[in-house]
Amino acid sequence: MDSKPSLVDTKPKPIYVSETVRTSTKILVVGHFAVGKTTYVGSLSEIPPLRTEEKMTQASVHVDDLRGAPDKVTTTVALDFGRLTLGDEVVLYLFGTPGQQRFMQLWEDMAYGALGALILVDPSRLIETFPVIELLEQYGLEYAVAVNNFHPEQQYDEDEIREALDLLPTTPVVYCDARDRATSAKAVIALVEHLLALTE
Amino acid sequence: MTTPDEEARFTSDFVRNHVITGGRRLPSAETLSLHTLVTVAPQGEIPPAASPEVRAIWKLCGGGYLAVAEVAAHLGLPVGVTRLLLTDLLEQGLLLHREAPRPAKSADRQTLLKVLHGLEALIG
Repeated sequence: MDSKPSLVDTKPKPIYVSETVRTSTKILVVGHFAVGKTTYVGSLSEIPPLRTEEKMTQASVHVDDLRGAPDKVTTTVALDFGRLTLGDEVVLYLFGTPGQQRFMQLWEDMAYGALGALILVDPSRLIETFPVIELLEQYGLEYAVAVNNFHPEQQYDEDEIREALDLLPTTPVVYCDARDRATSAKAVIALVEHLLALTE
Repeated sequence: MTTPDEEARFTSDFVRNHVITGGRRLPSAETLSLHTLVTVAPQGEIPPAASPEVRAIWKLCGGGYLAVAEVAAHLGLPVGVTRLLLTDLLEQGLLLHREAPRPAKSADRQTLLKVLHGLEALIG
């Protein structure tokens, strides 16, 4: 058969992790609907971003049990993720995660073993970030806030954002453009520096 | 009892997943997290009775290490179902995985430093 990549073949070919990699890590990229999570993951990923679609029951109890609750309505949740090989030994996965409380099983899955989370915020929709912060705190995940600069003409003061989101003084707040690799990388760096400071 | 309406909501996906898993409860993320790297054991042989899904996993994972979530995405299967099939292979000694993930909050300094330096190298 013809093995040449076809234009209609939308599924990216698997790109395997380097043999030298020993440690796999994960960071969650969270935020409200349409804040730019998928774009952000795409800017940093070394592989074409991948997507899994999870069928969830709306009621979040025991959704992992396929035998249970066939009278509940199912919803599809898309998880977009990417990968970055860092040095020879470490790979970092970035999972763009929907911030809805009702997908509890998904959140448990995402949170397990995660280093921490980066919260993407749209400064004109700060209020929509509260449920996400609540979820992170519930799962004991440390986080940094990355303000995705949708409106460069509008300046949002860091202090205003801190106050509006009721952040701890130690929680990093950085500005990024989710379409731009360098500023996106700087936002993760701010998160990792914060995580390191917490281990001291 | 389910009414025909309720049944209709569960499209082939639900039934399909139920068949693939044999209706078993899906395992938790403790052994195979979304980012755990897996590959087939080099000396292993695929069980003769393997389902089409297990064959697809075998073929995909025979090429090298991929994260559990990557396996799911490439095969178009839900993560939970993929994890169950991978767990089966692991229990049969047919799958290798890099170290099991640690629960949140216990990331060690060494790992964080490697991540940090790697990210810094990205942007020069």
